[in-house]
Amino acid sequence: MNHKLKNGIELTGIYGFLLVMFIIILYPLLWTFGLSLNPGSSLYGADIIPDNWSFKHYIWLFTNPDSDYLIWYKNTLIVATATSIGSTIFVSLVAYAFSRYRFFGRKYGIYTFLLLQMFPVLMAMVAIYILLNLVGLLDTLWGLILVYIGGSIPMNAFLVKGYFDTIPRELDESAKMDGAGHFRILFTIMLPLAKPILAVVALFNFMAPFMDFILPRIILRSPENFTLALGLYNFVNAQFANNFTRFAAGSILIAIPIALVFLMLQRYLISGLTSGATKG
Amino acid sequence: MASDQTRSHSVKIATLLSIIPGLGQLYNKRFIKGTIFLILSAAFLIVFYDILNIGYWGLFTLGEIPAVDDSRLLLSQGIIALILTSFGLTFYVANLFDARRDAKKIQDGSAITSIKESFLNAWDSSFPYLLVGPGLFLLVFIVIFPLLFMAFLAFTNYTLMNSPPKNLLDWVAFDNFTALVTIPMWRSTFLSVLSWTLIWTFVATTIQIALAMFLAVIVNDPRVKMKRLIRTVLILPWAVPGFVTILIFTALFNDNFGAINRDIIMPLFGDGIPWLSDPFWTRIALIGIQTWLGFPFVFALFTGVLQSISSEWYEAADMDGASRMQKFRFITFPHLMFATAPLLIMQYAGNFNNFNLIYLFNQGGPAVQGQNAGGTDILISWVYDLTFQSSQFSIAAAISLILGLIVAIFAFFQFRKTSTFKEGGEM
Repeated sequence: MNHKLKNGIELTGIYGFLLVMFIIILYPLLWTFGLSLNPGSSLYGADIIPDNWSFKHYIWLFTNPDSDYLIWYKNTLIVATATSIGSTIFVSLVAYAFSRYRFFGRKYGIYTFLLLQMFPVLMAMVAIYILLNLVGLLDTLWGLILVYIGGSIPMNAFLVKGYFDTIPRELDESAKMDGAGHFRILFTIMLPLAKPILAVVALFNFMAPFMDFILPRIILRSPENFTLALGLYNFVNAQFANNFTRFAAGSILIAIPIALVFLMLQRYLISGLTSGATKG
Repeated sequence: MASDQTRSHSVKIATLLSIIPGLGQLYNKRFIKGTIFLILSAAFLIVFYDILNIGYWGLFTLGEIPAVDDSRLLLSQGIIALILTSFGLTFYVANLFDARRDAKKIQDGSAITSIKESFLNAWDSSFPYLLVGPGLFLLVFIVIFPLLFMAFLAFTNYTLMNSPPKNLLDWVAFDNFTALVTIPMWRSTFLSVLSWTLIWTFVATTIQIALAMFLAVIVNDPRVKMKRLIRTVLILPWAVPGFVTILIFTALFNDNFGAINRDIIMPLFGDGIPWLSDPFWTRIALIGIQTWLGFPFVFALFTGVLQSISSEWYEAADMDGASRMQKFRFITFPHLMFATAPLLIMQYAGNFNNFNLIYLFNQGGPAVQGQNAGGTDILISWVYDLTFQSSQFSIAAAISLILGLIVAIFAFFQFRKTSTFKEGGEM
C-alpha cells in the first residue's frame, strides 16, 4: 500500500511537471497563432482567442500590392535550393575523401575542419561585409548562397564522414578488385548507400535559409532581395508593435511546414550527431 | 646491370635535384610526374608573380597614395598572396618528400614502373585531392579568408573617420588592444561585456542541459505513458524557427502590453516587471528564453543515449540494492556524459556566440550609462554594433580576435573529449 502510494505520488509529480512544461512550450506558440487572427495590427488589445477573428492578415500577405511576401518566399526558395544542392555536393566529395583515402595532409585537414566548425561564419562578419562589398556581391542572393555553402561544409562533412565510415569497407574494396574506378565507386556504391544522411544534409541546408536571420541582415540591403526571415523581422522592427499581427501571420506560414519536416527528420540528425561524436 | 643501376641511384641527389620541383622526379625516371611538377611550379610562379608581388607590397605598406590605393583591396590581395604562398610551400615540401621516397624505392630495387602504370598511380594518389579541392577552395575563401582578414584588420586603424578608399590605413600594432584595456570608457565596457558573456554562457547553457537531463530521465521512466507524444511536444521549440519565437517572446515580455506583465505579473503583484528596460530583468528573461529554446536539442540527444543504455546495467545495480540516486550517478550520468560531451561543449560555444537571441530580443539593450554597449550585449553582438552602427571596424576586429581565442579554448576541450582525437590513426 505504502509502495503504491509512493508510486502514485511520483507519477503525479512527473505528469504535473510535464504539464507545466507543456503549458510553457505551447503557450507562446498558440499565442502567435491567436495573434495572427486578430483583426487589429497592434500588440495592444490583442487576444489569444480574438472575439472577431479573421484571416485578413494572411490575405493581405498574398494579395496586397504592397506586400513583398511572395517575392521573399521566392528569394528564400532560390537561396535554399542552391545552398542545399551546392553544399550536399561539396560535402559528400570532401567526406568521401576523408573517409576512404589516406593522403598527405588528411589528418591536418580533419583537424582544420574540427576547429572551423567551432567558429561561426558570423565571427568574421566585419570581413565578410567588407569583402562582399569589395567584389560586388553585397546585396545579392549569390553572395548569401556562397557564404551559406562555405559555412556549412565543416560541420556537415563530419556528419557524412561519420556515416561513410559505417559503410563496410569490403564493399568498395571488392568493387575496386572488379576494376571499378574512383568515380564509379563513389556514384554507384557510396552515394546510394549514404542516401539517408545525404537527404538529411540536403534538407537541413534547405531549411537553414528559412530560419536564419543574421546573415541576410548583413548581406542583403534592398527589400526586393530580402529573405523571409529578414522581411518578417522588418514588419516588427520598422514600426514596433504596429505590424505584429501581420508578422505573426507570415511566421505561422513558414513555421508550420518547417516544424513538420523537422519533427520527422530530427532523429536522423541526432543519430548522425551522436554516432559521429563517439565513433568519429 | 639492373641491380647496379638501383644501387648507384642516390636518394641525396634526387632530393637535392627536386629543390627545383620536378628535376628529382625526372632523375627518378618518373617522367610524367616530373614534367607535370616542372610545369606546375613554373606556371605557379608566372601566373601568380604579380599577385604575390603586389600582395606582399600591399600587406606591408597598405598603399602609398591616398584615393588611388585602396588599403582594403591591398590587404585582401596580401592575404591571397599569403594563402597562395602556403599552398606553394605545402606542394614544395610534398615534392621533396616524394622525390626522396621514390628514390628510396628504386634503391631498394623495386621495379621501375611503366609510363601507363605511373600515370595510373598519379591518378590514384591525386584523386583525394580532387575530391577535397572544391570544398577546400570554398572554405578557404569564405571561412578562412574572412577570418584572416578580420585578424589583420585588428592591427590597423580602420574607422569611419579614415575609411578607404579616400584614406589610407596604417598598421598600428597592438594599439586597438591596448585601447581596450587602458581607455576608461572602452575598459569598463569591455570588462562588463566580457563578464556578462561568460556568466551568460555558463548559466544559460548549464540550466538548459540540466533541464534537458531531468526531462529525458523522467520521460524515459517505464511508467510514463504516451512517450512519443510527450517527446514530440518537448522537441517543438527546437522545430520552430528561432527568430520567430524570439520575436514572439519580445512581444510577450513587452513592459507595457506584453502578456506576461499584463496577464500574470500585474494581477498577482500589482506592478509590472521592467523586462526590457532594466538590465537585470532583461538578463533573467534572456536566460529563461534560452532555456526554452535550447533544452529540446539536448533533450533529444539525451533521449537517444538513454534508449541505448543496456538494461543489464540497471539489473545488476538492482541486485546490489542500489538506490535510484546511485543508479543515476553511477550509470545514467556517466553514459550521458560520455556519449555527448563534445556536443555539450558545442552548446557552450554556441551560447557564447548566441547573437540571434541577444540581438533580436532587445538589441543588446537596455542602454547603460558610461559605456558604449547595451546592458545585455555579449561580445559578438557588441562587435556587430561596433561594425554596423558606429563603424569602429578595427576595434570590432580586435574584439573578434579575443572572441576567437576564447572559442579556441572551447575547441581545445572538444578536441580532447572527442574520441576521434585519441585514436589518431583511425579517424
